[in-house]
Amino acid sequence: MPDSATLPGMQDALALGLTSAEYELICEHQDGPPNLLELAMYSLLWSEHCAYKHSKKLLRTLPTDGPHVVLGPGENAGAVDVGSGLVCAFKVESHNHPSAVEPFQGAATGVGGILRDIFAIGARPIAVLDSLRFGEPSSAGRARYLLDGAVSGIGHYGNSIGVPTVGGEVYFEAPYEHNPLVNAMALGLASRERLVRSAAAGPGNAVILFGAATGRDGIGGASVLASAELGGAGDGEDGAGGDHDKRPTVQVGDPFEEKKLLECSLELLDRGLLVSLQDLGAAGLTSSAAEMASKGAVGIDIDVASVPLREPGMAPFEIMISESQERMLCIAEPAQVPAVHAVCAKWEVLSAVIGTVTERSRLRVFEGERLLGDMAVGALVDDCPLYDLAPAKPARPLYPAPARALDAHASLRETLLALIASPNIASRRPLFERYDAIVQSRTVRRPEQADAAVLALADGGALAVSIDGNGRRVAADPYRGTIEAALECAANLACVGAEPLGATNNLNFGNPEKPHVAWQLSESVRGLGEACRALQAPIVGGNVSLYNETPAGPIYPTPVIGMVGRLPDARRAGRLGFARAGDRIALAGPFAPALPASELAKLHGEPLPDGLPAAELQAVCSAQALVREAVRDGLLASAHDIAEGGLAVALAECCLAGGVGAEVVLEDSLGQAAPLEALFGEGPGGFVVSGGADALDALAARARARVALISIGVVGGDSLTIEMAGERVTAALSELDEAHRALEALS
Amino acid sequence: MKFGVLRLPGSCDDVDALQAARRVADAELIWHADRDLRGADAIVVPGGFSYGDYLRAGAIARFAPAMESVIAFACDGGLVLGICNGFQVLCEARLLPGALLPNSDLRFTFRQVELEVIAPSAPFTGACPRGERLSIPAKHSWGRYYADQPTLDELDDAGQIVLRYAPGENFNGSLRDIAGVRNAAGNVFGMMPHPEHAVDQLIGGSSDGLCIFQSMRLAVEEGLVGA
Repeated sequence: MPDSATLPGMQDALALGLTSAEYELICEHQDGPPNLLELAMYSLLWSEHCAYKHSKKLLRTLPTDGPHVVLGPGENAGAVDVGSGLVCAFKVESHNHPSAVEPFQGAATGVGGILRDIFAIGARPIAVLDSLRFGEPSSAGRARYLLDGAVSGIGHYGNSIGVPTVGGEVYFEAPYEHNPLVNAMALGLASRERLVRSAAAGPGNAVILFGAATGRDGIGGASVLASAELGGAGDGEDGAGGDHDKRPTVQVGDPFEEKKLLECSLELLDRGLLVSLQDLGAAGLTSSAAEMASKGAVGIDIDVASVPLREPGMAPFEIMISESQERMLCIAEPAQVPAVHAVCAKWEVLSAVIGTVTERSRLRVFEGERLLGDMAVGALVDDCPLYDLAPAKPARPLYPAPARALDAHASLRETLLALIASPNIASRRPLFERYDAIVQSRTVRRPEQADAAVLALADGGALAVSIDGNGRRVAADPYRGTIEAALECAANLACVGAEPLGATNNLNFGNPEKPHVAWQLSESVRGLGEACRALQAPIVGGNVSLYNETPAGPIYPTPVIGMVGRLPDARRAGRLGFARAGDRIALAGPFAPALPASELAKLHGEPLPDGLPAAELQAVCSAQALVREAVRDGLLASAHDIAEGGLAVALAECCLAGGVGAEVVLEDSLGQAAPLEALFGEGPGGFVVSGGADALDALAARARARVALISIGVVGGDSLTIEMAGERVTAALSELDEAHRALEALS
Repeated sequence: MKFGVLRLPGSCDDVDALQAARRVADAELIWHADRDLRGADAIVVPGGFSYGDYLRAGAIARFAPAMESVIAFACDGGLVLGICNGFQVLCEARLLPGALLPNSDLRFTFRQVELEVIAPSAPFTGACPRGERLSIPAKHSWGRYYADQPTLDELDDAGQIVLRYAPGENFNGSLRDIAGVRNAAGNVFGMMPHPEHAVDQLIGGSSDGLCIFQSMRLAVEEGLVGA
């Protein structure tokens, strides 16, 4: 047990992840060396995870405002107006390092944390999406262990708390082998006037902690786990790798406790009992109290002796930095305190007044009458130094070529079947079947029914949501790859008839102190800003996860983008599957297929190219508008954007989703490219749409001169046949289906 | 006609069941700590993870004060429907025979399943279309219906097996493909799939579950059952 009589020094500061310059700055702020409690609190609030010290300057370049934005970055979650007096709150967050150490609890508490962010602003959580990255499933078993644990953990939490998991994505790539990514996005709905902020206000008001009791779990997670590189492969027969000793810093989730906490929080807000509300996440009470005080330009006194504890003998610093899950902090006027306790008792949720709002902007920690720590709120929250990155494009390729999985001389048919069965393209059914996608009775489109999830609203409209981010293409070109990821999100929304309202992002990168990672990060953020401006999808919140690297190197740079849109009529939400024999099929948009950095290039074991072709942003936006309007007008029977695996894979997916085949003939207009490139090349901007002959004529009239549109075939039969340049590829639906089930072998 | 929908700590599909019931009759939520069933003509014990499914799915919920009233209501002949976790609760409360065990693959699964109505009669399936399958979603990790062989034979002989998974649809390993059973008196019924999630073509593409709620309304209105 640390002795608070002896002051810690520089060595302790370094051990807690601070730099020597930061320690000296803290000493300046404190007028002398901080004691252990103060140092622990500084070290967490000044960690990358809490202070964004390597990313804040970049994030300031992102567009954050727009006509629909109600809450921008800085609150627990962003929010956009969705009409009829409602707002949609949403945010994506990562729980990468905890999931690398203990995938089930890491992923489960990731979901728990993002849900608390949503109900902390007064919104009822209505959906979860996940974005996962693992090593190749064929590798020694670790990727499968992590995948199984993470999917089980997400399902366990979301299913048990009654929030549907409506969509997501997963990629398997070698650079994630020892550093998987587990990002979770949540959406919530609230009436506009019910939104609550997190700023503490009103000196004399009570600070109330409610929810689970505080234990020793997750001590120091924000600095030790989230803001340092992982120790590496380790000896890992048990799948735990070399980070065994970090396991105590992973929190344990209890969705039942959070379900009660959710209902309790919303009832407290419904009854107007709270001044403000904040969830406890990374750095526990320390960050929640400091942030509430900072936003309200007030101070907070906390008495650690009043905090309900799960175990005896906890030191004050442990109480202040514990990351025990399922806890909330609120501010209430003294007269309302009994009513707050009564609502908490009704939901069988613990509650305790643990402090008071004060006028001076100090965060003071007491144990009974004894003052243990006294810090300026501004020093804790705002004065962490921000660092400029030193970006430098790497002179040599950062990532080894992927292992070859397909002979370059394979026939077009073999290639199609291999792609359909490849881990990044095969059906996600074995994974999403472990999630409840329908609880709350809003889900109009479930996974594999459409490119985006669609959730009905009471006014007859619907929300659409998609999450995307192809790390391999970002690795090839951080700027253009990130633009593609944002375009892909918006394309998915267009396919169900939705227009973007806003976006959230989680930037998963390696160590930003290394010039090549700094370059990836700054180029990626530049692309994200440009794409979101073009798409009119402002970033209303998000998260940064850095230091995702092991001795084997950094992960692929992986900006994960979640985008929320609205469509006016839920009944006309688009579908991806071909619907009727006899429907015409068209290819819409400025699609320029290219093989470098494609899934096929990966299967061929080709190294990443240095750069991707530029996307014609305005042309892609026009194509998205054409598809969106056509879906909204009920013209189309199906719409699907072309992504991994190119046109041939997109056609096969439309066939599989609809349970019907297609006859496709590609004319020379597409076919100046070699067949391999035309069929399997990738690039943004392409859509496969189908509908009746009249409908497609009408679409062609709308597209004229504005958007490229070519008729390429007819729906029907029980196989997919594609002819071009004298070549003919054909595969029976049953063969495609069997190949598409490849992931079943993993589960 | 009024449905009462139980709200237990950890209920997740309570509002869904409430909304589904309101498509055919009045309905309101009943708080777990209240013993007053508020004049309900029929009770729905909804899906979810009551009390976190701790100890065993449904094992703690049966002791809730409201459940004492539900048990008395059922013993008086009142109509009680248990869905998913509600089915588990009714088995734990001994209102229904058998038990729900972990799925044979030990995993949570969400899937739209086809069901065969084995006993198309009042009070729970009287309004279901004859000879047609129902397309209703199921989502659970403890849904494998189990009872010993003599009990299963009895259930078969007495016509207490109300719903079966259609061939190839039994993903959880339920014995004799049982998806829903009723008690000997016929007034208590439990099913693992979620009829309240199949009441609107827009949400999920099927309204086949509505006939369960319609059947219950008809049974009450025609005075076939009552507490």
